[in-house]
Amino acid sequence: MPKKTYRQAINEALRQEMERDPRVILMGEDVAGGMGSPGEDDAWGGPLGVTKGLMPRFGRERVLDTPISESAFIGAAVGAAATGLRPVAELMFVDFFGVCFDQIFNQAAKFRYMFGGKAVTPVVIRTMYGAGFRAASQHSQCLYPIFTHIPGLKVALPSNAYEAKGLLIQAIRDDDPVIFFEHKAMYDEEADVPDDPYTIPFGEANVTREGEDVTVIAMGRMVNFANQVADKLAKEKIGVTVVDIRTTSPLDTETILETASETGRVVVVDEAHPRCSMASDIAALVAQERFADLKAPVKMVTAPHAPVPFSPALEDLYIPSPAKIEAAVREVLAFKG
Amino acid sequence: MAEITPVVMPKWGLAMQEGLLAAWHVAPGERIEKGRELCDIETSKIANVFESPASGLLRRILVEPGTTVPVGKLLAVLAEPEVPDSAIDAYVAEFEARFASEAAAAAASAPQPRFVEAGGRKIRILEMGEGGVPLLFVHGFGGDLENWMFNQAELASARRTIALDLPGHGGSSKDPGDGTVPALAEAVAATMHALAIDRAHLVGHSLGGAIALHLALERPQRVASLTLLAPAGLGPEIAMDYIEGFLAQSRARKLRPVLETLVHDPALVTAEMVENVLRAKRMDGAQAALEAIARACFGGGRQRWQARDRLAGLGPPVQVIWGEQDRIVPVAHALGLPAAIPVHRLAGAGHLVHMEKAAEVNALIERFLARAAAVG
Repeated sequence: MPKKTYRQAINEALRQEMERDPRVILMGEDVAGGMGSPGEDDAWGGPLGVTKGLMPRFGRERVLDTPISESAFIGAAVGAAATGLRPVAELMFVDFFGVCFDQIFNQAAKFRYMFGGKAVTPVVIRTMYGAGFRAASQHSQCLYPIFTHIPGLKVALPSNAYEAKGLLIQAIRDDDPVIFFEHKAMYDEEADVPDDPYTIPFGEANVTREGEDVTVIAMGRMVNFANQVADKLAKEKIGVTVVDIRTTSPLDTETILETASETGRVVVVDEAHPRCSMASDIAALVAQERFADLKAPVKMVTAPHAPVPFSPALEDLYIPSPAKIEAAVREVLAFKG
Repeated sequence: MAEITPVVMPKWGLAMQEGLLAAWHVAPGERIEKGRELCDIETSKIANVFESPASGLLRRILVEPGTTVPVGKLLAVLAEPEVPDSAIDAYVAEFEARFASEAAAAAASAPQPRFVEAGGRKIRILEMGEGGVPLLFVHGFGGDLENWMFNQAELASARRTIALDLPGHGGSSKDPGDGTVPALAEAVAATMHALAIDRAHLVGHSLGGAIALHLALERPQRVASLTLLAPAGLGPEIAMDYIEGFLAQSRARKLRPVLETLVHDPALVTAEMVENVLRAKRMDGAQAALEAIARACFGGGRQRWQARDRLAGLGPPVQVIWGEQDRIVPVAHALGLPAAIPVHRLAGAGHLVHMEKAAEVNALIERFLARAAAVG
């Protein structure tokens, strides 16, 4: 099985869907680069090279460099989706959503509902998130809880290259707006990725480790940290189940609740701030539905309620780490009522 | 000069690069016979008993339980008592020195699957070994060429072997035609043609058994012998709970209990094995192809293609092997077959008899092929 990076997996998913379906187009700032100037074509291929090579393959008609105006091109993508195309728009950093949120939450998310199911809005918004890139407070946030809050949007957070390809193809084929979160610190991470296209259904969590003592529920990059902790603790005969929820909306509550009940000790790991986060949402879900099965209070491991620091030393302390997850696992294990 | 026999970490499947030695079943100073349980090995894909590749006196264990070592690493040494310890020391030292330099080369030359164009489809195959009348493996419903990971390398030591992915399965095209046994048999025949194989020994498991049997009935001149492992085609019953569960479940935790009905010992079904099945089902077109095959072969809850009454007149020699604890295709289908057909029922094995009792099945196939060759 060929090894591919997270970046290559996303590029391959886009290319294969563009080959399969002529309605799929790309748009965003510098998704090719060099449009309308005498410089090099495809100079950028996206700010981190994720869409490199797609403009030469499919042409400027289908790979559109847009002006630096998220409100304009996200709105255009939503309109194009409502009128028959299947656009994949790139919101370079999710931190920029503030200038185009109306187009997303009050337009795209509402069309199917307000038009009595007669309209579909098959738009995908790819966006980078996450800390660890030394990119400071305005380019490092994990704002997926805000999108998860909105009915009518679907939200995917691939945790590795295999997941990225399958979830992105699923996103492009989905008839609802999908916000696809790519962690910028993961683009060079490799996994086994099949050459042919495949899809991973939304709303089906993936149990990546199975153990009997503690259940760790995680998403995105945090899944890998949780897996590391599970592997480490397995050597001490501490069994850790790890659940990768894959999509925060729809949310696989069935798998979350089943695995929570099996161990009775739950840690939720979320790189976002703690208030109104996936961590608080899942903790509440478990407490509400499975209180009788719990042997310890649900523990949340999140970033603090503070902006992402620019100081590298502080940024490293800010991000939930394997060490913090391990400490939380030990804490719920030690709880004696 | 008395002989020293090395026992090394086996390579089970394409992806295996290392294995965890979980436990030894034999202690130094004890005798072991070929095919008996030597140790437990776990890989990222599967956990299974490693059956001794040779008979002899276990003189030295070189890998402690709980240790993960690369494929090809020396695990133990068999030698008769007259071989002095000093000779074993020297053998081990030399083996390990050689292993360090050869391991990389061996890994690079490990056989890899490739694709052939056959009957308008892309068919994925894995070839091992050379010479003689080729042996062709045909897997069952929902399987792929890696189902033969305990059999192909072993049987390839004396002949060319080919394992294929049926249409709709593994890496092959997802067009199963009408999904019936004759259509799938046609695809296998086309693959033989594409590989310029005029005549082959066929080993078919489950639905692959029915496909192999169809080939032997319709093209007897192309089939040198037929080994049917828990085959379909010999009776109406089939465990529809399994077929429907296999198709319906897309979460590992739900699919695992379904896959566990394939085996007698559920420990064989690892998380990675379940994950690999799920990954195959997620490939574009796979689910629709599997559903079409299930409808065509098992629609209405019974096997649609049966050839029990045609076995007596069959040209090529046939043997039948079945696990006593098969929960998918009942072992009762092995009763009352024509007397000329040897039937081997293996205790302690479920439907995946070639995985659970690999050494016994491999030995039965070797013996059967030798006899088929003698008869000519």
